[in-house]
Amino acid sequence: MIERTPLLNIVTHLILLSGLIMMLFPMYLVFVAASLDLKQVSAIPPHLFPGDQLWVNMETAWTKAKFGEKFLNTFIVAFGVVVGKITLACITAFGIVFFNHRLRMPIFWCVFITLMLPLEVRIVPTYAVAANALQPFQVLMDVTGLTWLIGMVSGVEVALEWNLLNSYTGLIMPLVATATGTFLYRQFFLTIPDELVEASKMDGAGPVRFLWEILVPLSATNIAALATIMFVYSWNQYLWPLLVVTDQSYGMVAVELGRLVPKISATGGEVAKWNIAMAGTLIVMIPPILVVIFMQRWFVRGLINTDK
Amino acid sequence: MAHITIQNVRKSYAKTEVVHGVSLEVQSGEFVVILGPSGCGKSTLLRMIAGLESITGGEISIAGKVVNDLEPHERGCAMVFQNYALYPHMTVGDNIGYGLKVAGLPRAERMAKVAAVAASVGLTEFIDRRPGQLSGGQRQRVAMARAIVREPAVFLFDEPLSNLDAKLRVQMRHEIRRIHNQIAATSVFVTHDQAEGMTLADRLVVMNKGVIEQVGTPEEIYHAPASVYVGGFIGSPAMNFMGGMVAPKQACIALENGNRIAIPPALAAAHVGRLVQIGLRPEALSLVPAGTGAFDATFDFVEELGPARLYHFRFEDLTIAVLSAEKPPVQVGQTMGLKIAPEAVHLFAADTGKRLDAPALVQEKALA
Repeated sequence: MIERTPLLNIVTHLILLSGLIMMLFPMYLVFVAASLDLKQVSAIPPHLFPGDQLWVNMETAWTKAKFGEKFLNTFIVAFGVVVGKITLACITAFGIVFFNHRLRMPIFWCVFITLMLPLEVRIVPTYAVAANALQPFQVLMDVTGLTWLIGMVSGVEVALEWNLLNSYTGLIMPLVATATGTFLYRQFFLTIPDELVEASKMDGAGPVRFLWEILVPLSATNIAALATIMFVYSWNQYLWPLLVVTDQSYGMVAVELGRLVPKISATGGEVAKWNIAMAGTLIVMIPPILVVIFMQRWFVRGLINTDK
Repeated sequence: MAHITIQNVRKSYAKTEVVHGVSLEVQSGEFVVILGPSGCGKSTLLRMIAGLESITGGEISIAGKVVNDLEPHERGCAMVFQNYALYPHMTVGDNIGYGLKVAGLPRAERMAKVAAVAASVGLTEFIDRRPGQLSGGQRQRVAMARAIVREPAVFLFDEPLSNLDAKLRVQMRHEIRRIHNQIAATSVFVTHDQAEGMTLADRLVVMNKGVIEQVGTPEEIYHAPASVYVGGFIGSPAMNFMGGMVAPKQACIALENGNRIAIPPALAAAHVGRLVQIGLRPEALSLVPAGTGAFDATFDFVEELGPARLYHFRFEDLTIAVLSAEKPPVQVGQTMGLKIAPEAVHLFAADTGKRLDAPALVQEKALA
């Protein structure tokens, strides 16, 4: 039941408004700091009104952090992660929902349990794998004696190596698996009526055709919602790129943003240039904000699933 | 054009058997309606013909070819579903033509066929719309067109009219029959609505609890129901039943309270002394002054149907319905006599529920 009384309306709006202010005020501070010069930004008490240095600071930040290159890198990685995640989630959910086999519930639960395991938890083993993606196979072959056998027969010592450090593949691959996306897709696929599946069977469409021509178009809003979330998620990646990339030509924006904030220990007492750091923050924020604004309509529809 | 042969077909889910060995022959071009209450296995049977359910035992063949292990689209069937099952993201035209597209028909040819079929069911002006913008009846038409366009050997209908309102249902019923008369494809139509069954069928199959109770033309089934179940299921208003015994020496049934209902002498002679259920159709009963009919009953209430009235009487602890077009006035609580022609009495064995016929009648049928 929805109650509509003037008093309740005012109260709810006040709560919403205070929430909005709490969310926006730090953003405003970033904006103010980004528009001041070094002297003003270090002043106490802090300035609460913008100055006139915004453009200068942003230019400095852009060149200092080589954002041109980093933006391109981050776009490539974010795009790869988004496409990878959507494809993988869609295919996994398809397998779990539409095929009746004994492993479907175990697989679903395995996927579901990994919801609770963020990248940070598995970051050390993941790094080990990224350093040599074929190592698991090497270990398997060593344990089973296959390495020894091949060595005996052909005289070739098997040492598999595929190094993913300092590459786009290494940045993208470990981020591609997504329990959230699989779950979202599964929930959507479960709402597809059985008759639709049967009708397509009667029409002679095989599983791949059904996936591509019926399910994918029907889940367009889902894809949009997932793409939005995942773009923002991969744009903001910090820890993984920090670990896997040592060659700065593969650097990503969030890591670079961290470098814009000078550490006191490293600069030998130099004053932190917060105005430049904040200008950098503004620049880095722009793409996710634009994506969310453009995708917002689809995003909401995809999450509440009313488009039917 | 294809005939369907169903031989001793069974279906079990885990350990529960839901279809217990059904055999049925559907002639080429015939319109067969499978009628039964929900849960009687009629939809399961249809889905086994379509290939959407696996067959646990027995054999189904279409046009002489065993189809047990064929994929649905290899069987040459088209199906119309209860909730239409249209692809929501495709236009009406694409929905109709999807099967042809999958089959690899060139676009131009496909569009021509789609346009022709859409015109034949009156959908031409909606061809670019999405299913979501159509009414229930129009969606049903799209579903029909989608089936027709593939020129299938067999049409399967799974309660296609259940989601429509009463008026539209009758209209679509006529349309289905007209389309069938035009293209004369073998059709199997599943429904729980006996009016649909009676009006559409060349031959009616009445199912109950996973077995076929009776197969026959609607007329045969109405006039000679094979069991108490069929008698009670077919015919509206429903048949009245009461218990009794075939009296020795007289051509009549003795009811428990001593009243007698006359039946044909040959029928009585064949089953003397047998405990029976008698079935009396409301439209075969007529109202006469108290004491002059087969038995007397107390008037309870009346339903006005327009051309006739349905009178409800109490007799012992039973309620008896009488359909009368003459509409005589009757007071609540008044006692009236109910009369029935001996030939109109249906006789069923009390223990098995099976129909009892006079031997002569049985012979006549066997000859015919």
